[in-house]
Amino acid sequence: MSDIVEKTLTALPGLFLQNQPGGGPAAAKASFSSRLGSLVRGITALTSKHEEEKLIQQELSSLKATVSAPTTTLKMMKECMVRLIYCEMLGYDASFGYIHAIKLAQQGNLLEKRVGYLAVSLFLHESHELLLLLVNTVVKDLQSTNLVEVCMALTVVSQIFPREMIPAVLPLIEDKLQHSKEIIRRKAVLALYKFHLIAPNQVQHIHIKFRKALCDRDVGVMAASLHIYLRMIKENSSGYKDLTGSFVTILKQVVGGKLPVDFNYHSVPAPWLQIQLLRILGLLGKDDQRTSELMYDVLDESLRRAELNHNVTYAILFECVHTVYSIYPKSELLEKAAKCIGKFVLSPKINLKYLGLKALTYVIQQDPTLALQHQMTIIECLDHPDPIIKRETLELLYRITNAQNVTVIVQKMLEYLHQSKEEYVIVNLVGKIAELAEKYAPDNAWFIQTMNAVFSVGGDVMHPDIPNNFLRLLAEGFDDETEDQQLRLYAVQSYLTLLDMENVLYPQRFLQVMSWVLGEYSYLLDKETPAEVIAKLYRLLMNDSVSSETKTWLIAAVTKLTPQAHSSDTVERLIHEFTISLDTCMRQHAFELKHLHENVELMKSLLPVDRSCEDLAVDASLSFLDGFVAEGLSQGAAPYKPHHQRQEEKLSQEKVLNFEPYGLSFSSSGFTGRQSPAGISLGSDISGNSAETGLKETNSLKLEGIKKLWGKEGYLPKKESKTGDESGALPIPQESIMENVDQAITKKDQSQVLTQSKEEKEKQLLASSLFVGLGSESTVNLLGKADTVSHKFRRKSKVKEAKSGETTSTHNMTCSSFSSLSNVAYEDDYYLNTLHDRGDKELKTFSLNSELLDSESLTELPLVEKFSNCSLSTPSLFADNSMEIFHPPQSTAASVAKESSLASSFLEETTEYIHSNAMEICNNETISVSSYKIWKDDCLLMVWSVTNKSGLELKSANLEIFPAENFKVTEQPGCCLPVTEAESTRSFQYSVQIEKPFTEEILSGFISYHMMDTHSAQLEFSVNLSLLDFIRPLKISSEDFGKLWLSFANDVKQNVKMSESQAALPSALKTLQQKLRLHIIEIIGNEGLLACQLLPSIPCLLHCRVYADVLALWFRSSCSTLPDYLLYQCQKVMEGS
Amino acid sequence: MQFMLLFSRQGKLRLQKWYVPLSDKEKKKITRELVQTVLARKPKMCSFLEWRDLKIVYKRYASLYFCCAIEDQDNELITLEIIHRYVELLDKYFGSVCELDIIFNFEKAYFILDEFLLGGEVQETSKKNVLKAIEQADLLQEPWMHSVLRE
Repeated sequence: MSDIVEKTLTALPGLFLQNQPGGGPAAAKASFSSRLGSLVRGITALTSKHEEEKLIQQELSSLKATVSAPTTTLKMMKECMVRLIYCEMLGYDASFGYIHAIKLAQQGNLLEKRVGYLAVSLFLHESHELLLLLVNTVVKDLQSTNLVEVCMALTVVSQIFPREMIPAVLPLIEDKLQHSKEIIRRKAVLALYKFHLIAPNQVQHIHIKFRKALCDRDVGVMAASLHIYLRMIKENSSGYKDLTGSFVTILKQVVGGKLPVDFNYHSVPAPWLQIQLLRILGLLGKDDQRTSELMYDVLDESLRRAELNHNVTYAILFECVHTVYSIYPKSELLEKAAKCIGKFVLSPKINLKYLGLKALTYVIQQDPTLALQHQMTIIECLDHPDPIIKRETLELLYRITNAQNVTVIVQKMLEYLHQSKEEYVIVNLVGKIAELAEKYAPDNAWFIQTMNAVFSVGGDVMHPDIPNNFLRLLAEGFDDETEDQQLRLYAVQSYLTLLDMENVLYPQRFLQVMSWVLGEYSYLLDKETPAEVIAKLYRLLMNDSVSSETKTWLIAAVTKLTPQAHSSDTVERLIHEFTISLDTCMRQHAFELKHLHENVELMKSLLPVDRSCEDLAVDASLSFLDGFVAEGLSQGAAPYKPHHQRQEEKLSQEKVLNFEPYGLSFSSSGFTGRQSPAGISLGSDISGNSAETGLKETNSLKLEGIKKLWGKEGYLPKKESKTGDESGALPIPQESIMENVDQAITKKDQSQVLTQSKEEKEKQLLASSLFVGLGSESTVNLLGKADTVSHKFRRKSKVKEAKSGETTSTHNMTCSSFSSLSNVAYEDDYYLNTLHDRGDKELKTFSLNSELLDSESLTELPLVEKFSNCSLSTPSLFADNSMEIFHPPQSTAASVAKESSLASSFLEETTEYIHSNAMEICNNETISVSSYKIWKDDCLLMVWSVTNKSGLELKSANLEIFPAENFKVTEQPGCCLPVTEAESTRSFQYSVQIEKPFTEEILSGFISYHMMDTHSAQLEFSVNLSLLDFIRPLKISSEDFGKLWLSFANDVKQNVKMSESQAALPSALKTLQQKLRLHIIEIIGNEGLLACQLLPSIPCLLHCRVYADVLALWFRSSCSTLPDYLLYQCQKVMEGS
Repeated sequence: MQFMLLFSRQGKLRLQKWYVPLSDKEKKKITRELVQTVLARKPKMCSFLEWRDLKIVYKRYASLYFCCAIEDQDNELITLEIIHRYVELLDKYFGSVCELDIIFNFEKAYFILDEFLLGGEVQETSKKNVLKAIEQADLLQEPWMHSVLRE
């Protein structure tokens, strides 16, 4: 077969040429002998994709052999490269040739090099690793005396160049800005533009040279520099206001025809240049009257000069209109621009019509009357056969929607929606419809039906905010309670009808919305009983096409309805069915339902009707479990240890070096469970904190089904503020507007011939319904849409931005509360199991400790053991570790300072702050280095004192700290000392800032110095830093504490047993204050509030409560890992003392 | 400009130039979808398309479609003129250009494009200057091409 193909191929060229007399003679001549020609012809002759693939693979393998053969000349290589490009264009992989493309660019003569560079620019992308190999070639060619070579290098640099290699070519390209040839200067400017795009800070220093390029005598160079200016002005328009005059002058010259005729395009002077300048002016004049005034004249001239004879003048006009509407308004210009828009809209050319609509959409917010002028055209465009025109029209209508025309506009949008298939269009349109429906819905039925359409079509691709907002709207209601109930009832009824339809599949999101609404509001029904609703939900549950996420929503709804149904076989059946489900999540829900079902009274109190928005008091500390815990402890159970502590113990058992900060890897599983979107409860039950299972676990339990209603950050504050704006807008008297519209229509009617077709009348009718309420007398409204009526669905005022987060959590709690008790029922098992586990671990840890304590007693620890030391967490070790960090009150600190042998070298400020003992960290025969810490308010100050023990002078002693991942170390003045005299002491100060939390870290560095005899030496040292070095008291009021408490999402709870000496709360808190530097805000009865901050400013709050000899600690912070670390430190302190 | 594609009425790609870094897979996907969408449009329809978050500007010359992707704030009409200017340049260079010239000499078509557009921006709008630059680089070999150019 392949033989035949090949034979046919050889015969083809002749045939082909005969059949294609249109082929240019030159082209045919050039390709006749080339192998690319035969390849192309071969492919053209083939009929099936399969044959093509076969042929190309054949071609590629022969190319592969050729390019890698040593005998292949560069000329052949050039030819191969062209064929490779061709194969790649057809979609086949030719990556084996990339390296050869680079080689060709490097070694070839001019023509070969050109193909090599082209292949490189087509094959590779900016971050391709092979591109680095091109850098040398580019550098060489940039320095070439041959202009063509320089041009090629600049061309390739402007297209792809590795960002990190920019410094290698930057000076060369900068030089080219002064080159005598304009083509080189132009390409250099564009190369710099490319650099500005990919690495703006690298070219910052040449901004002044850009100005030179702007003033270049060559138009091409000047035009090229405008690309850079447009980009820079887009980023920061205020920095270039001084150039406005220059841009205006240039535009004047261009418009006035002062440029060489070369730059004319269809006798229009330099249109590209004009458009670029107009865009720049638009950006500069935005919201700036003085700058705008400079450009009024030239804009006026541009509008005047652009005579409508060619597409390109329309392009300029369009840009002009855009600029006129962007800058500070001038009525004369606006008037002219509006006329221009009219020309576009009314043009028979479809491209211009489209742009007219686009321009209308843009200006409609400033000038709604313009839409009125063109209403008939807009109506025609609505039924345009081209969907793009339709879509642009809908975009325009979307912007003029108000309460009066909303039904018509939304109907048009829905019609379009049903025809579209492209996901991007659907997502976009569905969002707009939902927004309009929520804002302007005329009545309940319309609102629910519209939203049903949105959910059915938008389904699973739409933005999750849409169902979330919808449910929130239903749940929170509006000012009128009976109205709310009607809306809810209507929703319930409409969903039941939808569910009754046979063989209709709804998107999962829609089913979730339905199940929530049915679960919450079915009680409003008077005909159907809850049992009937449950039966419908059950049918869905048994449907295989329903996703497991939706099923959890459904089962939650059933659970809510169960207490309302007196007795239901369906529930029994459901329990029976799902308690053996393979889906663990479903099984758990079924078990919860089963247990609740056994106690109907409890269930009723747990799941009250219509309380989804009400606050619920929850004993978050689960004090009712204390007795149970105490009993367990008295029976010899080991005290509970949180997950991270167990993890650490496990790690230390493995005796592996652990350089990672603790807790980071696992904090996401157990402790931030509240945030994880689908925290499956079984997992977190085991890893979580059993003493707090009540609140947290149930939250994560129900997250699966419920939390999604509100999205991650609670309700979007954006929406709230919008509502605020709208309600603030003044209602405009509607009758007068109606009159206006009527007048407009009647005028039209009169002017037109009486024999009006029926169709046209319909259009007029549509127009009157669409453009109703567009205030013709309303002044230019810069703020946005003019909302003419107050909205039906105005949110209750209680939902304020600040409160939204809070409400969310309350929601979650309420919705999920029903499962909290059932969880308690299971508690026994979990708890016993975990106790058992812990007992084992406790033993292991203990033996390990003793082992390590032994090693500690050795005087010199090998490095490895030092590391394992810090990775261990036992209190005893901490005490032994030569790191006495915590110091009771300042008086003692001061005395320590005096005692210190190095007191003389302390700087002034040292005495003001608490600091640690000076401690020798390293020494040799010449010097001894000791260090101490000063806990300043804003940072940790490390002081290293270097004592010269020898009798000789030391020169240029210098201290350097190795960079560490978790710290930022800043040198304080006086760190390099020229001379250290014999037997004296010098100190170095470094301030240390923490970058991310850790338990303990090592800060190391070295000290280097010169002896008198110029022999230099170096001495390494390291110091342990603890998290507590960076903790400072946070002095806030109880009120602020309350506010902060609610705003923090990360929390950790733990019960700690107190030792005898601290049995009372005040003494326990005092310990925390002294050792951890926490600030005691208030003590109320058996509860205490404390606060601290991790430098520089991460707050952490602590709530303590005492029962018998147990201290319940509850941390909250804005940082997810900080509570874990602090808890760990607290435990150490409490258990250690 | 984000990219430029040239393809035939049969949907065969003739030239592709990408000014934004994309993976090969994405490029193929975009090309496939776009070729389909554009070919499905009727001749009287508008030359602009909203496609994903891009604006597509396309124009058909004989059997060849020229298709550019621009950003939302870019000017559609001037992009049409960019396409037209490119066709003019090709026409001048090849001498009444047809699809075959581009198929068999696509590397030349790329060279011309690179002299006209660089990094997605218009580099040189003067027809004379663009062709002068190409001519310079073409020198030394292929003398037959000169005769075409001198006409």
